[in-house]
Amino acid sequence: MSAAPTTETKPTPSPVETITVKVDGKAVTVPKLSPDHTGTMVPTNMIQACFAAGTTVPHYCYHPKLPIAGNCRMCLVEFGTPAMGPDRKPILNADGSPKITKAPRPAIACATPVSPGMEIYCSTPSVKQMREGVLESLLINHPLDCPICDQAGECKLQEYSVDYGQSASRFVESKVHKPKRIDLGPRIVLDAERCILCTRCIRFTRDVAGDDALGIVNRGSYNTISTFPGKPFDNNYTLNTVDICPVGALTSKDFRFQMRVWFLKETKSVCTSCATGCSITAGSREDKVYRYEPRENDAVNATWMCDAGRLNYKWINRPDRLKDVVVRGEKSNWTFALKEISDQLAAAPKGSVAIIASARQTNEELFLIRKLATKLGAITDSIPRIGSGDSLLVNADKNPNVNGARLNGICFTETGINLAKIASGIEQGSIKTLLVFGEDVLKRSIASEQLKEKETTSEVVEEHSITATLLGKLETLIVSDILPNQTTKLAHILLPGAAHVEKRGSFTNTKGRVQKFMQAIQPPGDARAEWEFLHELVYNVTGQNGFKSIEGLFNQMAKEVPAYNGLSWSGLGDTGATVAI
Amino acid sequence: MIVERKKLNFWERLYIPAVIGGFKVTARHFIKSVFKRQPVTMQYPEERWVVPEGYRGAPYLVKDQEGNTKCVSCQLCEFVCPPKAIKIIPPGPAGQLADRPNAEKMPAEFEINMLRCIFCGYCQEVCPEEAIFLQKDWSHVGTNRAEMIYNKEKLLSLGGTHAGTQKWKHKLEEAKEQENFPVKP
Repeated sequence: MSAAPTTETKPTPSPVETITVKVDGKAVTVPKLSPDHTGTMVPTNMIQACFAAGTTVPHYCYHPKLPIAGNCRMCLVEFGTPAMGPDRKPILNADGSPKITKAPRPAIACATPVSPGMEIYCSTPSVKQMREGVLESLLINHPLDCPICDQAGECKLQEYSVDYGQSASRFVESKVHKPKRIDLGPRIVLDAERCILCTRCIRFTRDVAGDDALGIVNRGSYNTISTFPGKPFDNNYTLNTVDICPVGALTSKDFRFQMRVWFLKETKSVCTSCATGCSITAGSREDKVYRYEPRENDAVNATWMCDAGRLNYKWINRPDRLKDVVVRGEKSNWTFALKEISDQLAAAPKGSVAIIASARQTNEELFLIRKLATKLGAITDSIPRIGSGDSLLVNADKNPNVNGARLNGICFTETGINLAKIASGIEQGSIKTLLVFGEDVLKRSIASEQLKEKETTSEVVEEHSITATLLGKLETLIVSDILPNQTTKLAHILLPGAAHVEKRGSFTNTKGRVQKFMQAIQPPGDARAEWEFLHELVYNVTGQNGFKSIEGLFNQMAKEVPAYNGLSWSGLGDTGATVAI
Repeated sequence: MIVERKKLNFWERLYIPAVIGGFKVTARHFIKSVFKRQPVTMQYPEERWVVPEGYRGAPYLVKDQEGNTKCVSCQLCEFVCPPKAIKIIPPGPAGQLADRPNAEKMPAEFEINMLRCIFCGYCQEVCPEEAIFLQKDWSHVGTNRAEMIYNKEKLLSLGGTHAGTQKWKHKLEEAKEQENFPVKP
């Protein structure tokens, strides 16, 4: 635990062999081998060299995390290699530079390895002409559905049309019509007319998700993406094909006709559905979250995320969200409730308070709760949530921040072992005040067969010994939660909290990756981010003043909690940093 | 750039000819309205101004020649609207199907706040479906703010019909023609 945190998951690799090539006259040095979608080292391609040189090469079928297909031909570039004389030595120009023989025909940049001294030409008139030609041919049978297409605004066909498109079509024949609105599976709609047959979806589901569900059927102009007859496309990663589809052929049923993408404010966030903590982008407009999309983070999720996590956002906009501070059944306000709680906690004898925190809370909040617990001599724990995991991204631990709770000393190696102790404490009357944060302690596990019907698997709570009768014995039950549940009904003091997209903070995932997330929308009504009122509570009870900003709070935690030593809020960046666990 | 100021000549400096010129205009209007009975005002609201062609009045939604809603809820007008007067609620995955077959999408709700609208005509210009037009209505009356927010029903009833190319219908017809080709067993 005391080991210094590293910012990279892998140790620095040994010096790699490099190749220097020229892209449009600009020399760039790239490694000879680069990792492919499986992580195997394969020769670096021209397209990677172009990207390294900062040159954009338009492409449809190429995706850095998928196997190469080379079928769209959009990335055609011209290139040349140093000429060799009969003595196998490079022929030199008069000025001493190597003579370059331009290749007689262009090559696709995504599948041509670079060689030493190679020169790549991306902006010659013939390259421009080739791109125009490829684009025109892709648009021959394209329906130009843009006004009703969900992809409009993030469509590669639209983007490249701006760069290389013709203002008018030269195609006078009638377009080939293919089936529209095909139900591919429970979450995916296919519009075959819009498809440009790049096969990204096929390669993803076969080589990444490991479910060889999609393929191309029919011949020539009638080529169509399809599943095997009668077999739905329903694995837990189907919605990634919507992200990687460069056009609007595969669209999400959930996001279908919900909102145009150019209205969505994109906020960097982290998925809370399991301990993997995939980096996501939350798309919101006017305080409503419309979708989650995976965000590239090679240390956590590459560019993918599971469907269950992606669709687990609807509860944020639920109308029955807790919006009011309630003190003993009456609507109150923060000033009054916090004073009441602080007075009670300050007067409470040592050991008479217990805290059940949640492993869904942020590192900063758990840090503040730890401070409170230390002062009060309170026994703490959080509630375990165990479901099923898979080998790709889904973790069996459904709490996003169990490691954060562990590192902050809220729970121990095994989550939930103190719950029995808390229960017996209440039973014997030694624990008189219980603080519950973001957990329904009366909820019990749901049978796993029911889970399949649910959109998310994050609602499993393990068996433990706290019951409603026990909660009734308490003198004070203070509950902070987001949605109403059985525990909030029994609460003497109820504090409305904020969802993760409504506040800032950080989570520590199952591998010890600390990632921060940003605020996308405002919490409803009187609801407040937990760290804001916890900060006030800690000050009132312990007299220690912390930082009023999340940056300061994180940096303070990094200083005081050994595991986070050396980290800083700004140092986390967009992809986070790894700590030893 | 320096603009050269011409020197005024004697008559111009005298200033009286300009005053006489002004009086001439006044006298002409005086004679026209008092003696020839040609008033420049109108007896509003009994008498109403007929606006010239190209006048930019209130934007309304139009229907096609078959009485179907033309708008497909692409929300480009909402995006381009400078005063944010337009608000569209898209149908969502389970929404009502479009009136026009094959168009797939139609707004669940379309609101224009006529108090906000500045009649610039960007919505008409940006519309890919020829579904919204600035029409000749220049008088908008309401007793409260809510009344000045026109909803989809009101906009469609005020907008009338605009015969267009019916591209979705043609696409559907084209697709139907191709149903027998390639020949299926």
